[in-house]
Amino acid sequence: MTTTIKLSRRTLLQGAGATGLALGAGPITGFPNVIAAEPVTLRYLGTAVNQSGDIARKVKEDLGITIEYIPVVTDEVTKRVITQPNSFDIVDTEFFSLKKLIPSGNIQGMDARRIKQADNITPVFTKGEVGGRKIGDQGTAPKKVFYLEGQTGKTFAGSATEWITLIPTTYNADTLGIRPDLIKRPITSWKELLNPEFKGKAAILNIPSIGIMDAAMVIEATGDYTYPDKGNMTKAEIDRTIKLLIEAKRAGQFRAFWQDFNESVNLMASGETVIQSMWSPAVTKVRSQGVACTYQPLKEGYRAWATGFGLPKTLTGRKLDAAYDFINWFLSGWAGAYLNRQGYYSAVLDTAKTQMEPYEWAYWMEGKPAAQDIKGPDGGVLEKAGAIRDGGSFETRMGGVACWNAVMDENTYMVRKWNEFIAA
Amino acid sequence: MTDAVLATHAESPPAAAHQSLTAKTRRRRVLAYLQAAPMAFVFLVFFVVPLALTLMVSFWEYNEYEIIPAFTLQNYVDVFEGCTATTDLCTTVRTYLSTLKFCALTWAFTLVIGFTVAYFVAFHVRSKTMQMVLFLVCTIPFWTSNVIRMISWIPLLGRNGLVNDTLQGMGLISRPIEGLLYSDFSVVLAFVHLNTVFMIVPIFNSMARIDRALIEAAYDAGATGWQTLWNVVVPLAKPGIAIGSIFVVTLVMGDFVTVGVMGGQQIASVGKVIQVQMSALQLPAAAANAIVLLGAVMLMIVAMTRLIDLRKEL
Repeated sequence: MTTTIKLSRRTLLQGAGATGLALGAGPITGFPNVIAAEPVTLRYLGTAVNQSGDIARKVKEDLGITIEYIPVVTDEVTKRVITQPNSFDIVDTEFFSLKKLIPSGNIQGMDARRIKQADNITPVFTKGEVGGRKIGDQGTAPKKVFYLEGQTGKTFAGSATEWITLIPTTYNADTLGIRPDLIKRPITSWKELLNPEFKGKAAILNIPSIGIMDAAMVIEATGDYTYPDKGNMTKAEIDRTIKLLIEAKRAGQFRAFWQDFNESVNLMASGETVIQSMWSPAVTKVRSQGVACTYQPLKEGYRAWATGFGLPKTLTGRKLDAAYDFINWFLSGWAGAYLNRQGYYSAVLDTAKTQMEPYEWAYWMEGKPAAQDIKGPDGGVLEKAGAIRDGGSFETRMGGVACWNAVMDENTYMVRKWNEFIAA
Repeated sequence: MTDAVLATHAESPPAAAHQSLTAKTRRRRVLAYLQAAPMAFVFLVFFVVPLALTLMVSFWEYNEYEIIPAFTLQNYVDVFEGCTATTDLCTTVRTYLSTLKFCALTWAFTLVIGFTVAYFVAFHVRSKTMQMVLFLVCTIPFWTSNVIRMISWIPLLGRNGLVNDTLQGMGLISRPIEGLLYSDFSVVLAFVHLNTVFMIVPIFNSMARIDRALIEAAYDAGATGWQTLWNVVVPLAKPGIAIGSIFVVTLVMGDFVTVGVMGGQQIASVGKVIQVQMSALQLPAAAANAIVLLGAVMLMIVAMTRLIDLRKEL
């Protein structure tokens, strides 16, 4: 009996030691704190899109940490962080929300020294560059809100510091989704969204801060006006943009405004709309239903977005250690590969590459034709061999970013004008 | 009651009788208060307090991430921004007009349908068992969530939906009717579908209590079917109609989900305005809108109860 206990204890310790070494975490004992003590549960607040059961299972397997998802919509994430900062242990939120979250003082700066891959996070975030080239930084570009002055600081730092606001989880460049089978001609510009040719067959998002930027892309595409910053309009610019939207709405341009992922999929798949603002995985989903749908790159560029992990100010002790362990694990490759295979981009590309097949990497990241069938995380075939990803390689896509999802200084006024647009 | 009390105390001097009477009344009154207390408590905690908080917050200031205790009328000024202009209707008036339009249409349709169904079940179905069975059948659609009931219209009404496909297949139309979905039509359709039962139940209840002898008497006195309906049944079903109307009107006034889903998010409703402001964390602005909405709905209910004195009729 005694022997059995000893044996199992030793086996356990060996196992723990191995994992600890592999992770290199845990300052004194060499064990990650999470394994040295009771199993830890992290309450993960975020949108359902990023919360995958596969990731939770893998984390449990690798680190012994239990991830408990709290799935809510984007606005609700912000609301929870501000009003109930103790109801979660780690938050996955949009970078643009930081303009609300950081001044509230409920998010703590993350210690860059504890993030092993901190220096390898793509320069899209740290410098606003892709392949050494500057990309569009209108709106709340991540580089503007990536660093804090101090751990509990309420102001963003202009240059790199050791306090990071959010560690990127996913990001992408958004554009219009179209039904090539119903449009039957090439689409190359944002202005097509309001082209009367598609009267009653166009849609935009009913999320004011994003919808208005799509409208601004249209206005710039028509050459009517060039915004100094589409992501931070003056009142006059908001008026001008909303006026255009109201005219289009009264002329019957829009079939509907969509609010969530599935609505956008249904509108497109059923043929209610043929051109609309869309998210990349939604296009994939329409395609997986056997309906032709293209995530059309446009000459004016993309509207980009990014989400990342943040830690509540109140997180301390073992839970804090577990959160760092989880984030380090997240950046170590498996999760990155998992996300890249869904059409998102991951924060540290080098580690993700090691977890992907060369042909997968070539298709998703290098814009090369698929050497063999491309499979999704569930094993289903997404694209047949020979297909090329819409928009091409990582560098072409992210390099073509024109602006970022944003919270404007005149947000209150903008929301009021948006309600006016809906009522028109 | 009073007579009985007086009779038992007839022998005692009048002063004593008066005293014991007040003591008894007082005890009874305390008991009545105690009986009402649980409900009053629930009302206080779940209705009065939240409402008072909403009213309070509607005068507060706010920024992107916090609400600031202060006293400002700015939120109300914002609600009515542009409403003094004579050339164009302001957002709030426009939104209320749109919501009132849905209210009136839904009310009219649910009333006609609800009254007809209730009349049929109450007067044309003879057996009590059958009445109950049919009455329960009316509630079957409510076994699923109202969002599902609403969404199930979409594949039916869409551009390539069942209705358009069938009509095109029969050669009645050459191109799909766009206005079936994401239009005023689809919103009213969904509202009527969702809310008719709230008319049926109270009207049926009122009708079930109408003394059949009254209807016989009307016939005996030579009234036609329509005359009986209009002069006997309708007046006696008034309390049911009033209660049903209050249900339907308040539900439609506060709705934002049905208008959103069936209107393709393109049609304004007061509830939607509040929801957009809430999700942008502009809670004081949303509170001000909620208070204005509450005022509007209360005015409508006061007007309705002016027409029918519910207390008296019940």
